[in-house]
Amino acid sequence: MDPLMLDGNAVAGLLREVFAVEMTTAIGTCGNCGATEPVGAVHVFRGAGVVMRCPHCDNALVTIVKDDKRVWIGFPGIRALEVTV
Amino acid sequence: MAPIISRGFRGRRDDAPSDRVPPGQYVTRDFPVLSAGPTPHTPLEQWDFSIVGEVDEPRRWTWEEFRALPSEEVTVDIHCVTKWSKLDTVWRGVSVDTLLDGLETAAKYVVQFCDGGYTTNLPLEDVTRGKAWLAFGYDGEPLEPEHGGPARMLVPHLYFWKSAKWVRGLRLTATDELGFWEANGYHNYGDPWREQRYWGD
Amino acid sequence: MARAAVLGRLTWRVADVVDVVPETPHVKTIAFDVPGWPGHRAGQHVDIRLTAEDGYQAQRSYSIASAPDGTRVVLTVERLDAGEVSPYLTDELRPGDQIELRGPVGGYFVWEPAQGGPLLLVAGGSGVVPLMAMIRARDAAGSDAETRLLLSSRGWDDVIYRDELERLGGDGLRVVHTLTRSRPPGWTGYTRRVDAEMLADIGPGPAERPRVYVCGPTPFVEAVAEVLVRLEHDPQAIKTERFGPTGG
Repeated sequence: MDPLMLDGNAVAGLLREVFAVEMTTAIGTCGNCGATEPVGAVHVFRGAGVVMRCPHCDNALVTIVKDDKRVWIGFPGIRALEVTV
Repeated sequence: MAPIISRGFRGRRDDAPSDRVPPGQYVTRDFPVLSAGPTPHTPLEQWDFSIVGEVDEPRRWTWEEFRALPSEEVTVDIHCVTKWSKLDTVWRGVSVDTLLDGLETAAKYVVQFCDGGYTTNLPLEDVTRGKAWLAFGYDGEPLEPEHGGPARMLVPHLYFWKSAKWVRGLRLTATDELGFWEANGYHNYGDPWREQRYWGD
Repeated sequence: MARAAVLGRLTWRVADVVDVVPETPHVKTIAFDVPGWPGHRAGQHVDIRLTAEDGYQAQRSYSIASAPDGTRVVLTVERLDAGEVSPYLTDELRPGDQIELRGPVGGYFVWEPAQGGPLLLVAGGSGVVPLMAMIRARDAAGSDAETRLLLSSRGWDDVIYRDELERLGGDGLRVVHTLTRSRPPGWTGYTRRVDAEMLADIGPGPAERPRVYVCGPTPFVEAVAEVLVRLEHDPQAIKTERFGPTGG
């Protein structure tokens, strides 16, 4: 457990900006260990950009890099996202 | 819609001579802790640092062996892509030139690899000739884990994501291999003076 | 109404400061009027943005403290000495000032009275803010859902919403305090960190299948969530929100 770590709630606004729907209730499947969790429950780290990690195996699921007009979303370790629209 | 100015808001920023502050940066006296993942805590007895890849003979140092190498104190400005700069930071480390001394290689690039899996890539010439250190001390004290201790790379002429925390080695490569952030939106080279923050900059 | 709150276009809105009220020596409540506010659900938060005259910007997230109430959005902010934003919000802001905020955001850490109880709410310090929104929403809806709030604070003077919580107690709401660093003379309540025995005493237990919400600093949330799982609460029924630096 890292005291600096937050969870998906901390990036709810950022994700909503990008995906245009509420994403903290979306369910992600980890590409490394197969665990499924709502985005609100995944671990969030702020480095040069945002890194979302699997709470079970620490695998980097999603990365988010942002400037004023562009957002780069990386999906290094997520198998699938289930979103209710 | 232009942002609303909030009366009296300044933020925590220092003034600084503009020739020391790259474009788009703000100077801070804090040392923000930013991390792509949980802080590793490798015991020193298990720590080592390796030079591997396109080399005839890989090299490896244990912590004792590393600390026995000649080290130097350097004072440098550091610039984070998240827009803060910190001036006159004092580090103690071993020059990468010392680590690579006498090494035969045809490699043009290097990947820093770390506990926790983080990587970042650079041209080899950006870590040689006095441009980079393997740092174990900050501000006169042993480097704290939250800032990359026991040892991190220090490559101050590039944005600070190119100075990997918790580094465990350098892998010399013939071709440029994208590291963690380079593969996910940040610029491949990262020169703060040309404001090379993102892909396409 | 709730669906509109989820899908409303997320733009930065101007928020006018209406009122600034101290809660504790380090905490203030700031009430905003936000023209066009689409409404919100208890547990949601807002991102706020401050812009300096030279264009420098800082952004942070704060939980909404108020139950839905037209264009009124209330935040409760703890002043962190080393902070960049919280000292401005708590020291500088006056009625008539403006900031920008966007939201509401969050769909995971929310509770609506229609969902019912029982509810187990566990808060560390300022983690009580989103849980207070839930308690206020419960009260406004006239709900009698069985609710326990376990609130960990450093001392009696640090308890946020202390008087209001006392007033709201009863009708199925029970508030339990633990004071971890100092206590007033004659204090007979808990004086230690939240642990398994405390949670087992306070309940509700897993057999009652409560909805559980835990909020506070990361170490607090991690410790409490672990204890709840060991007490055999359903992990899927436990929602967590970790507080910490949200600048970005």
